[in-house]
Amino acid sequence: MFKKYDIIVVGAGHAGCEAAASAANLGSSVLLITMNMATIAQMSCNPAMGGVAKGQIVREIDAMGGYSGIVSDKSTIQFRMLNKSKGPAMWSPRTQNDRMRFAEEWRLMLEQTPNVDFWQDTVNELLVKGDRVAGVKTSLGISIEADAVVLTNGTFLNGLIHIGEKRFGGGRTAEKSATGLTEQLNELGFTSGRMKTGTPPRVDGRSLDYSLMEEQWGDDNPGKFSFTDVEVPQQQKCCWITYTNLDVHETLKEGFEKSPMFTGRIKGLGPRYCPSIEDKINRFADRDRHQIFVEPEGLHTVEIYVNGFSTSLPEDIQYKALTKIPGFEKVKMFRPGYAIEYDFFPPTQLGLTLETKLIKNLFFAGQINGTTGYEEAASQGFIAGINAHQKINDLHELIMKRSESYIGVLIDDLVTKGTEEPYRMFTSRAEHRLLLRQDNADIRLTPIGHQLGLVNDKRLEKVNRKIENSDTIIKYLKSTSIEPSLINNLLEELGTSALTQNFKLFQLVTRPQVSLNDLRKVSAGLNDLLMQFDIETVEQAEIKAKYESYFEKELEIVGKMKKMEDQEINPNFDYSGMVSLSKEAREKLKKIKPRTLGQASRISGVSPSDISVIMVHLK
Amino acid sequence: MTNNDTIVALATPSGIGAIGVIRLSGPDALTICNTVFKGRDLSVQASHTIHFGTIRDGEVILDEVLVSLFIAPHSYTKENVVEISTHGSAYIIESIIKLFIRTGARAAKPGEFTLRAFLNGGMDLSQAEAVADLIASNSASSHLVAMQQMRGGFSSELKGLREQLIHFASMIELELDFGEEDVEFANRDQLRSLTLAIHAVLYRLISSFEQGNVMKNGVPVVIAGKPNVGKSTLLNALLNEERAIVSEFAGTTRDTIEDEMSINGVVFRFIDTAGIRETADVIEAQGVLRTREKMKQARLILYLFDSEQGIEEIEEQLAELALLGIPIVGIVNKSDLLAPAVMEVLKGLELIFISARDKVGIEELKVEVLRKVNLHRINNDDVIVSNIRHVEALKKTEEALDRVLYGLDNPVTSDFLAMDIKQALYYLGEITGAVTTDDLLENIFSKFCIGK
Repeated sequence: MFKKYDIIVVGAGHAGCEAAASAANLGSSVLLITMNMATIAQMSCNPAMGGVAKGQIVREIDAMGGYSGIVSDKSTIQFRMLNKSKGPAMWSPRTQNDRMRFAEEWRLMLEQTPNVDFWQDTVNELLVKGDRVAGVKTSLGISIEADAVVLTNGTFLNGLIHIGEKRFGGGRTAEKSATGLTEQLNELGFTSGRMKTGTPPRVDGRSLDYSLMEEQWGDDNPGKFSFTDVEVPQQQKCCWITYTNLDVHETLKEGFEKSPMFTGRIKGLGPRYCPSIEDKINRFADRDRHQIFVEPEGLHTVEIYVNGFSTSLPEDIQYKALTKIPGFEKVKMFRPGYAIEYDFFPPTQLGLTLETKLIKNLFFAGQINGTTGYEEAASQGFIAGINAHQKINDLHELIMKRSESYIGVLIDDLVTKGTEEPYRMFTSRAEHRLLLRQDNADIRLTPIGHQLGLVNDKRLEKVNRKIENSDTIIKYLKSTSIEPSLINNLLEELGTSALTQNFKLFQLVTRPQVSLNDLRKVSAGLNDLLMQFDIETVEQAEIKAKYESYFEKELEIVGKMKKMEDQEINPNFDYSGMVSLSKEAREKLKKIKPRTLGQASRISGVSPSDISVIMVHLK
Repeated sequence: MTNNDTIVALATPSGIGAIGVIRLSGPDALTICNTVFKGRDLSVQASHTIHFGTIRDGEVILDEVLVSLFIAPHSYTKENVVEISTHGSAYIIESIIKLFIRTGARAAKPGEFTLRAFLNGGMDLSQAEAVADLIASNSASSHLVAMQQMRGGFSSELKGLREQLIHFASMIELELDFGEEDVEFANRDQLRSLTLAIHAVLYRLISSFEQGNVMKNGVPVVIAGKPNVGKSTLLNALLNEERAIVSEFAGTTRDTIEDEMSINGVVFRFIDTAGIRETADVIEAQGVLRTREKMKQARLILYLFDSEQGIEEIEEQLAELALLGIPIVGIVNKSDLLAPAVMEVLKGLELIFISARDKVGIEELKVEVLRKVNLHRINNDDVIVSNIRHVEALKKTEEALDRVLYGLDNPVTSDFLAMDIKQALYYLGEITGAVTTDDLLENIFSKFCIGK
């Protein structure tokens, strides 16, 4: 009943949806197989997108023609630009989303994407011919052929849910797990491991007393993720902050002996930076309170997500502890929190295109690679979908550079270093963070999306205009001086030293205290010029002007490292005869097969002196 | 790059010497040598043994030689190495090397023996770099600098500071990535103290470079004075050989002549110059210009007067020279011709009295030269930076730390602070070896002379 597809995507979470969309938009015929058509693009954990480093990733996906930004914007119920008080590389967009609308928007966008077919079923076997994947076999016993397969199984592979001493198989609460695939992949020679993650209880908003909590509103002038003209809902909802206390902690401790974490029933490693509440109490015993973010699950629903209270303690303990939190005294629970263990495949088994090294045309994306987070998953899916299409059409592979995107950092980290615990993106993982900003994601990446064919001419034209116009502003700043008498009052007000002679506007902008908006108040010429351009262009000009010297220094380092990054190594390079390499380095290099000297230098266990040995051999 | 071949080169300096040592390295070193060596069968001898015999090209005996064997991996290159000590005739050496090449060896490229030592795990890069310096060292003090670097030198000191800085970098990163949550912030006062402490170390290291450079290249000393005052004669007296052209006519030395000598283990580079006087001769005018340039580069000026110059003229000249800001030793030559009364007056001016021609007062002058240069003797523990690559990295680090300090005193956000710290870490890493760059390799292996 099925034709042969170009690409089959297994799983319809953030990774699967992006993979299906990118491959289909490039022209491949795609079959998206999900266990449940009703839970496409389900936000399994918190109803939010973006945040520090993650917001940058969403912007990057959008800049290249992915859907996550648009879907997030359409379902936004609160927008905040985090870290506005820090430098521009730290500015991170984050939205609170309507969980149901988010999933609906994704489904609608996929339905409207030509070339995407859907099928509700569970894949429990891959069809493999020689060293190449040939399709999938489902639980209904159907074999479907395809030239490439993208696996995005999330937490479903042998998923095991824990609530206190109770445990049951499942990929999410009330959803079945998937079996068979891990076992087959192991037989094919893949190594698998076990990871753990968790989620907090959901509660009834009508049972909370918000007067006992702090309000947290979104930005006055909300921004958005997408560089497109997508309409963002006007209505913004409030979130609240409250805190646990010693009483809450004592109550939770009552359940520790039944905790699957502490009794050793959970074998998988959980994310350190997204710990469960019991873990926080246990590890930071001296802290007498922890922050709780009270987040609405949607525009209309009363359901509330208790962010910061992830737990797998028995449900009665969860309930009892919740009632001790200010504002939660009369809480009614909708769903208990739980922990889930699942299989993952150490991502060092992948190349930089996310294709597996063992089986050709087989791609992995998302939590199956040991990552955590919607954004991390979505970006991998997006890249895997592109590379699957490129591969079966004999087109160039897409390898994102660390110096050009967070996505590049993410994939390079995964396939080069692997990960022991769920991998989450941080800005500090990006050595060239300063260049990888949310404000210039379009400048960095839209040309790549355009070249692939995922972004239309109009969008590229818009980016080029942004570059041109911001340069015009900078040229004006560099060529225009201002008299001390016109500006000294303002400078004094801003707490910076007065001028004794005419000064270029550009030099004034480089002062930390002075903004373009300040300057336009005293320079009519500047004001007239800025009036011609949109906010994003003006902001771009200001960032470029203010931090020019920093960007130049960063680019200098990028340039220094470029030689290493550009020095390619043949994947079949023979390390075995290189006696001066350490044994560990030799083993790792053979396994990872780095594509460049730069990538080789990031493999743990490969020392700088090992690198210099390879360097000499490559000459 | 393969190490399957056997390389050959002269390991001692070319030129005439009592002996020359030819080195063969590679899997076939023994076989190649054995083919042309008449004596014991080298293939069955133990490592680290020496054998007497002759090298023959067919029936022709090229030389009587001593052959030292080093069997892999117990050699400098970790390969089979044979060293042949020959008599130091250029003809013999050339003939033997040609013979080895005909027998299957290949002429070594510059630095190739050390490159092989490195590739075969015999040494790491920083050691290789130090070897290059060690080979080039020509005095006790430059040797000390190179040895010190080979043992790890100042990079171990920097390693410790770098680790402390890494700690702050990670604290600031934590702040940045978890700003939404209540996390502990990096202590800015401690960061400032650490930055200042590193700054002080950098300053010391960078200023030691000049001294280190002097150790390596010699202290530049200019001999200057009016024409025909005896500058070349003094130089010859110091060097104890006829080097500069000496004549009775003023203005014979038209160019600068350099020569080196060691006084108490410190190398001095003496620069003889054309006399300073107003001149109409074009060629000589250029020489005078060059002299003034040279004087500016010198660390010490030996300024010669002669007995015919009046006291006022000498005082005037000394005052003018003092403006250069370079230590000066005023010397009165031909002092044997001085009238005792004049001598009395001049003695008040801290001058050295010599007769260059008769080599009188030369030892006294040497003592004064050492005193004026004031090179405190380098101890084993002194840290000296002698490598230009290191100095550049130190200066880059210093710049980055200056920005950190500026950032701490101004409303610069912590992400930029983090970037400046990271840049400092990057450049410190270039020195300590935590960061590898292509430049390092270029720098090292281009320095070696053939055969070393």
